[in-house]
Amino acid sequence: MLRNYETVFIATPVLSDVQIKEAVKKYRDFITDNGGEIVHEEDWGLKKLAYPIQKKTTGFYHLIEFKADPAMISKLEIQYRRDERIIRFLTFALDKHAAAYAEKRRANKSETKAKEV
Amino acid sequence: MANPANNEIRYLNPPTVEVKKKKYCRFKKSGIKYIDYKDAEFLKKFLNEQGKILPRRLTGTSLKFQKKVSQAVKRARHLALLPYVTDLMK
Repeated sequence: MLRNYETVFIATPVLSDVQIKEAVKKYRDFITDNGGEIVHEEDWGLKKLAYPIQKKTTGFYHLIEFKADPAMISKLEIQYRRDERIIRFLTFALDKHAAAYAEKRRANKSETKAKEV
Repeated sequence: MANPANNEIRYLNPPTVEVKKKKYCRFKKSGIKYIDYKDAEFLKKFLNEQGKILPRRLTGTSLKFQKKVSQAVKRARHLALLPYVTDLMK
């Protein structure tokens, strides 16, 4: 059975734009290749960290919402741990309230985007 | 010194008896069911200046939601959206 998840990871700021895209693509592909399905994606860009991690004060945040089999999560986290580009990650299983909230958030995001365009 | 026949306590200003405002749980009142760890600005309402989580007796949050608030704050701290320790956050 597929469950709803979301994962946020922070990539090191030393990477170039191309390298960031590469890293994001790697995880996107990893999810889809392992029978997951990407629902939504958000790039928060370069953000200041609230405290230094590995002596870095900024990082690229990226959020991926996806549906996947629970067995896949541990594999994904192993990938994160092995990857030197990732300095922090969090994977979070959405319950029904969280899923409702995420949907609303997505709707809001697309609305504001539509207004901007 | 004082008039012995008048032993009542006198105040310079009449003591103000404050009517205590009843605290309420804002999540129950406004029907919020999920507390987002990604919304650091919102979570800051539940932190003091050092970034510590405020107790329930001050915020009035119900136990059910206090647990969720603390869980969300801890997640946000892990992702460096909120600091673990700080001074003068606000």
